[in-house]
Amino acid sequence: MRKSDKGLFASIPLAAEPIFEIGNFTITNSLFNAYIGVAFFILVAFLVRKKITQIPRGFYNVVEALVEFALKEIEKVTGDKKRARQFLPLVATIFFFILFSNWLGQIPGTGTIGVWGYLHGHFELIPLLRPATSDLNMTLAIAIVAIATTHFAGLTQLGVANHISKFFNIRGIVRSLKKGPMDIVVAVVEFFIGLIEVIGEFAKTLSLSLRLFGNIFAGEVLMHVMLSLVSYVLPIPFIFLELLVGIIQATVFAMLTLAFLVVATMDHGHEGDHEEHRAEPAHA
Amino acid sequence: MDAATMTLLAKALAVGIGSIGPALAIGFIGMKAMEAIGRNPEAGGKLFVPMLLGMAFAEAIAIYALIIAFTL
Repeated sequence: MRKSDKGLFASIPLAAEPIFEIGNFTITNSLFNAYIGVAFFILVAFLVRKKITQIPRGFYNVVEALVEFALKEIEKVTGDKKRARQFLPLVATIFFFILFSNWLGQIPGTGTIGVWGYLHGHFELIPLLRPATSDLNMTLAIAIVAIATTHFAGLTQLGVANHISKFFNIRGIVRSLKKGPMDIVVAVVEFFIGLIEVIGEFAKTLSLSLRLFGNIFAGEVLMHVMLSLVSYVLPIPFIFLELLVGIIQATVFAMLTLAFLVVATMDHGHEGDHEEHRAEPAHA
Repeated sequence: MDAATMTLLAKALAVGIGSIGPALAIGFIGMKAMEAIGRNPEAGGKLFVPMLLGMAFAEAIAIYALIIAFTL
């Protein structure tokens, strides 16, 4: 029987393995899984659009229940219904796509059915399928789209000047010149805080992508090691763990995107604080 | 000590030391959640999702350490 020459507890490489090329574009196994996910959702969309009746039944009922559940959860976070409907497409798509990609990786055959060949100098099994989100390219792409959408939402809802002055608070310095030296100092400090916010945006992107990638890739490594130790009954708790991790990571990614969207479209948190201070004496 | 040995040591230390903080954090989050549910059992459903969210953030730090171990 063929054996890979990588060692006893070898696991999958960090980068997704290419399986074939179309012209100049290499298709990796995780990209192939991503396309399976896309095909699934397009299929669901086509199946569902023909059956819109007043009383839903069957498959359409399930889809409608899921979308309504997502909308209710988003309403709980945003507070108002109009913004919830605006944020629903992005946040629900992120949640369902990541959930489907994660769970598709648990189907037997993903990561195990493959072709024997040489990859980076070692003779090993090149799997044909691999979870789409176990590729850093995929998670980074989703994270960049999510953060770019928060900026876009901030720009369109708050206006360009308001949004830019959250990061480069020159307007605050200009306004404080009329007030006094203390206010100028405060405005300069706020300007530097705004610059640190820019770094925060990159940190958000990196942390979103690395969290999802790390969880799903580590899950794949865990499954490979576990299945190479005991192939039959014992890995069942680990497969259950992976299902749980899949849904938790999808929830975390979607919730974080929603929280960032709400913060980006919120008009300068300071105004909310002032109102609360005025209301407090009335309670005492 | 040559480079290969140092790499192995660095990987092990990265994951080992990097997991102490997140493990403690997840334990504390769980502890407070248990206390809160014990005081007020009806709030169990409401507490579950925020607790899970908090645990996922704490776990992310351990995942960063794991990524370093993978890339070395």
